[in-house]
Amino acid sequence: MNFGLNILNNSAGGCGSGNSASDGCGDHGACGGCREAPPERSRRDFLKRATTIAFGSFSLTLLPVSSGGAAEQQASALACGASSATGVSGAAAVKEKEVLYGFLVDTEKCVGAGKCLTACRVENNVPEGYSRTWVERFVHFKDGRVQVDLVPETGYAGSDIPAINPDLVERAYFAPKLCNQCVDAPCNQVCPVHAAFTSPEGIELVDPDRCIGCAYCVQACPYGVRFINPDTGIADKCTWCYHRIQRDEQPACVEACPVGARVFGRLDDPESEISKRIAKIPTSVLKEHLGTHPKLRYIGITGEVN
Amino acid sequence: MDGSSFVFPNDSHVAWSIMIVLYPYITGLVAGAFIVSSLYHVFHQEVLRPVARLALVKALCFCAFATVPLLLHLHHPERAFNIMITPSATSAMSGFGIIYSLYMLLLVVEVWLVFRADIVARARSARGPSGLLYRILSFGDREITKESQAADAWLIRALSIVGIPAACVLHGYVGFLFGAVKANPWWSTALMPVIFLASAVVSGIAALIVLYLFMSWRRNVTPDAACVRSLSRYLWSSLIIAVSLEMLELVHMAYEAGAEWHVLSTLLTERLAVSYGVVQVLIGSLCPFVLLLLAIHPRRNPKMMMPLSGLASVLILVQVFAMRWNVVVGGQLFSKSFRGFVEFPLSIGGREGLIAAAVVLTLPLIALWVAGRLLPLWSADESCRT
Repeated sequence: MNFGLNILNNSAGGCGSGNSASDGCGDHGACGGCREAPPERSRRDFLKRATTIAFGSFSLTLLPVSSGGAAEQQASALACGASSATGVSGAAAVKEKEVLYGFLVDTEKCVGAGKCLTACRVENNVPEGYSRTWVERFVHFKDGRVQVDLVPETGYAGSDIPAINPDLVERAYFAPKLCNQCVDAPCNQVCPVHAAFTSPEGIELVDPDRCIGCAYCVQACPYGVRFINPDTGIADKCTWCYHRIQRDEQPACVEACPVGARVFGRLDDPESEISKRIAKIPTSVLKEHLGTHPKLRYIGITGEVN
Repeated sequence: MDGSSFVFPNDSHVAWSIMIVLYPYITGLVAGAFIVSSLYHVFHQEVLRPVARLALVKALCFCAFATVPLLLHLHHPERAFNIMITPSATSAMSGFGIIYSLYMLLLVVEVWLVFRADIVARARSARGPSGLLYRILSFGDREITKESQAADAWLIRALSIVGIPAACVLHGYVGFLFGAVKANPWWSTALMPVIFLASAVVSGIAALIVLYLFMSWRRNVTPDAACVRSLSRYLWSSLIIAVSLEMLELVHMAYEAGAEWHVLSTLLTERLAVSYGVVQVLIGSLCPFVLLLLAIHPRRNPKMMMPLSGLASVLILVQVFAMRWNVVVGGQLFSKSFRGFVEFPLSIGGREGLIAAAVVLTLPLIALWVAGRLLPLWSADESCRT
């Protein structure tokens, strides 16, 4: 790999790395590097329940198909489906206690090994030519140019990607991408048939039995994460390996990462690794101006990553 | 672009094909035709009488096939009714089923009422299978009284009044589908529904002029010059509004020069240079503007006016198709990374290919031909102009 140079020299400024967010910034959101905590559950619960009540009433009066408790049923169904699709037997029941998951990507740790990519493809049976997760390499040259390309699934070793002269490079880093699991997910908003739904744990999922394959969600996702699976004809996306986290396992990409650049865990547990790291280190989200409120957060990225 | 081209992996697959170009094109033809019909039925524009029935039937024929491109596009068309069975209140698209169904129902009832007297008369006189069809369509009525005619006229006017906002909703809503996608800076503008609506009126009138001139020529009848001139005036005015809105959107984007303008400007100057700059603006907007200006001159000879209007209308139909293309396909030619462009693979065959698209556009015309065989599209006083 030609990339032993200064990959990780892009320390985020302005917040005081090593301090807690409140120590460094005062108020939440007072600087670009420190973001507010994910919106509290009460608001989400309220919205979800209000929608459920409204739709429940509508469905009961007009429609033959009930939507009551749909999220839980759909989540269970998807967990079963994903398990069978990946050869894992046994459907996990939705947890009784609601939890809120988060995902942290540390670009200062990522080395572009590509292990996560293969793990995801195998785990989720992702068709060739499509990706539930990918890793972007950002190379900032001294002359001001920025080169962005995709990390091969096999890593750089043996790939036909030309080597870059380290003397020309000012800084460089890898930015893994996956579903942002937005709190205000545009993909969920635009789905006309309730195929896109949010699990009780705040994970955006697709009900394969309801999806009509209109691809409106594909258009609406600002992060290019969704696609129409050519094998099934339904919308496909990263679920943070929902079927695995139902079994208290880590997502496949997290498990495969050799350097711990991907951190998954509970945001509602202050003792979880992700909570501790988010509290200590400034993090940011992608395309914040769109107001989607992603639960995927990044360490060490700047504005050019979108 | 920093000299670097980078496309998100999933963005290389263009999700919305030519069928999604056809859908707003067809609904635009419906909305525009209905508005012309309403100009006669609601606003008593007697000069439009020769095309009032044609406009209404044309709206119905195109509306009847508006869902075909969508069904061809859906990966699971067998689940299409989910959009009505389990609609999501938060989705702009979920309103489609209800809006479309209500509008279709309105059109069917209005067409039936407009032709009811003819249907009843033919139910009495016609024999054989066609007689049976008219008897079914007449719902047992064998006589039209003055009272029932008055009631029909009242209902037609009421439906036309309701139909104007309904037509606006049907098509403005299509624009909203695109305008509400905040992930896409080429689509995300509040002007989009208005732009779609204005171009719908333009395309509807243009198609009506083309159909009227063509059908008159086929029937060996001289088209009503006053009617064509009036339609051309409406077309010219509507074209100015539609193109002004389109340009306003573009100028606003360029002047504001937001974060994604570098992508959009490259899109316009490179990827859409022909379909936007040449076809939509030059051939489709500027040329018809001049041709119509010449055509609607009060002292223009009808023999000259009608070919000018016809040619302008054909060009406008191309313009509106190009506009739909540039919006739908253009909006998918750049990656959401805003660092690179993708290719749009337009296939010839297949469910979403060119041949299928041509068939979809032909089906409403076949339906119109059939309707013309079954129903009197032309007023009785017209034949004397032969």
